[in-house]
Amino acid sequence: MKKATRIFARIFVWTMLVLMYAPILVLMVFSFTEADTIGVWNGFSFGLYPQLFQDEELVTVVLNTILVALASAAVSTVLGTMGAIGIHYSRRRMKAALEGVSQIPVMNAEIVTALSLTVLFVYFGIQFNFITLLIGHVVLTLPFVVLSINPKLQQMDPNIYEAALDLGARPSHALRRIILPQIMPGIFSGFLLSVTLSLDDYIITAFTRDTSFSTLSTYVYGATAKGALPPTLRALTTVIFVFALVLLIVINIRSHRKKEAAR
Amino acid sequence: MDKENVIIELVGVSKVYNETVAVDNFNFYVKKGEFVSFLGPSGCGKTTTLRMIAGFEHPTEGKILLNGKDISELPPYERPVNTVFQKYALFPHLDVYDNVAFGLKLKKIPYETTDKQGNKVTKYRKLTKAEISKKVTEALKIVDLEEFEWRDITTLSGGQQQRIAIARAIVNEPQILLLDEPLGALDLKMRKEMQLELKEMHRKLGITFIYVTHDQEEALTMSDTIVVMKDGQIQQIGTPEDIYNEPKNAFVADFIGESNLYEGVYMGNRKVRFLNHIFDCVDDFAANEKVNVVVRPEDVTFAEAGKGMIDGILTEKVFKGIHYEYTMMVGRNEVTIQSTESKEINLPVSVNIAPDLIHIMKKDMLSNVYDDAYIDNDNRVIIAGGAFDCDVTQLIPGSHLDEEGYVVAPDGKMYDFKDADVLADVAFSDIEIVDNEDGGVVCGRIVSMIYLGNHYQVLIRTEDDEDFVVDTEYTWNEDDRVSVLIPAEKIRLKLRGEASKYVKN
Repeated sequence: MKKATRIFARIFVWTMLVLMYAPILVLMVFSFTEADTIGVWNGFSFGLYPQLFQDEELVTVVLNTILVALASAAVSTVLGTMGAIGIHYSRRRMKAALEGVSQIPVMNAEIVTALSLTVLFVYFGIQFNFITLLIGHVVLTLPFVVLSINPKLQQMDPNIYEAALDLGARPSHALRRIILPQIMPGIFSGFLLSVTLSLDDYIITAFTRDTSFSTLSTYVYGATAKGALPPTLRALTTVIFVFALVLLIVINIRSHRKKEAAR
Repeated sequence: MDKENVIIELVGVSKVYNETVAVDNFNFYVKKGEFVSFLGPSGCGKTTTLRMIAGFEHPTEGKILLNGKDISELPPYERPVNTVFQKYALFPHLDVYDNVAFGLKLKKIPYETTDKQGNKVTKYRKLTKAEISKKVTEALKIVDLEEFEWRDITTLSGGQQQRIAIARAIVNEPQILLLDEPLGALDLKMRKEMQLELKEMHRKLGITFIYVTHDQEEALTMSDTIVVMKDGQIQQIGTPEDIYNEPKNAFVADFIGESNLYEGVYMGNRKVRFLNHIFDCVDDFAANEKVNVVVRPEDVTFAEAGKGMIDGILTEKVFKGIHYEYTMMVGRNEVTIQSTESKEINLPVSVNIAPDLIHIMKKDMLSNVYDDAYIDNDNRVIIAGGAFDCDVTQLIPGSHLDEEGYVVAPDGKMYDFKDADVLADVAFSDIEIVDNEDGGVVCGRIVSMIYLGNHYQVLIRTEDDEDFVVDTEYTWNEDDRVSVLIPAEKIRLKLRGEASKYVKN
């Protein structure tokens, strides 16, 4: 009986893992063949990878995506850090209200945010351009930055800010030298979270961009609408997946080392 | 009074948070170089007072004078005062050296120089690296942690972190060092060691220490002056000896050290009656005044059987190392005795108390008096927001109530006492405590409890800050939420103003 349960548990876990990773694995496997249609294998080849970097349009799209991701993450991180600190030091009632309000966008359907932004820009007669796209992505990622910094502020010894003032630091100095270093891990993970959210965002991008400006998601969507997917995309998604995997491993090793050191 | 050496003075300082008074009209001063302790149970206002001196809070009313200058509104970073926090509040991302050097790196010191015109001017400069390093090393030496400069804060034990916190504060050479229960997180042995070390540091550094604690023993051991606080009010200021030997009221006597507290009557002519005996004493009060009497357990001495001042039976004996602690029953009263003599229990004994060891205190209150009470529609009296049944006929002697609820005087006049302002008076022993909030008329929280020989005196405070003092045989717990009942016939009422106002036409 016990053994049967254990075997069932194993099977369950593996089924789940296969279901989760099979699509990516299939895609990765087919990135090593040059066939135009997916599912056809006409010999092993690295050919798609060099082609990836020769496709000028694709390279621009990738660079656009990275630019939007980094710029919006930077803006969100700065605003989110200031916001989180502001909320943390608000009076009790104000604090509860602000915390609630700042987290509504997390729950809100993205399509609602996208539509409201579009309506807002149109109402004020603003042309869609890079700035509107940036604003859209900042709106998308900002609450997540606040959400990842908040626990760090709560873990912080409530007296250390006062201790800094007591030792002669002006509030701005105490903020830079004492509070920011304490919440740095939260700021860092907030930044990374923003980058990943922005990288694969489609809805807000589609609504707030200037149509001549494409990011990966809008490019892929456009390509599928036209018909067959360009085969180079298979190589590209593999690269993105491997990049994300490496990033994840690096972050995990870092935090593991920190924990060891703390012991 | 000689105020030449006063370093800090609080003048009428109050602090109110959302209508709760945390600190109520504090007036006291601290002399240069003194070791002062703020002592009291939690919520007494001691930490709030310290935080106002540090500058983290600003007084709602009153002034804080440092060397005669008002600093009430000065931010903490402009005060020559440093704090050692209860949970150390070290900067975990900095090492020991940078923690201690934090204040020094921000410090600017004046120096004299001559400008182009050859005039002498005072300019300010930062400390050099070498100066900082020297001071940090010295400070670490004072706290016995030299060689620890490059250690990570997180690798230090609690006691070591505490020392670093002290070093970080004293390295700035503050005029006053504030310590907020700094030993609270340490174990007993460590605490005792640190007490002595802090005292030694105080002697060596010569700066003023203000020390917050709820531990009476700590305060007695370390301080030059103790400020005893309760409920945001100063109870007594004095030397440890004064406070121990001459407590001003029952609270101080009960809070500081162990004590036998009794209610007694001053008979006049240096005689006081308590424990059913008339004792000689040295204090002077008005004849027949009700008083509180305190006798320390070590001041009760055994006499030859049958030849002492009072007789009783020993019911308990506990060995405490240096002495035995006995409980003696005298009638229904308990007497705690500390003695090195070993006695058999359950036997009658006689004891003596020397006149100068009987300390007599004025009773704060003789009964609960509510001067803002009034009568409602149904002839009930409103006390502390609750409607208590009462006998309104006592407002007019010889009167009775008619069927409609009017008070009919013997001469036939009818009175309607609706909304009449009255003075309600209830004896401590006439109030009954109910241990749930719905069982009584008014609910509140037990703020304090003092044992008075054969009963407890409990202080119950309502949300609106009205107090009920209750004498009860039963033990309750501080902070319990309870409610109170008063039998109708036990509420004594007195009309405020003329009865004629209430005559019904």
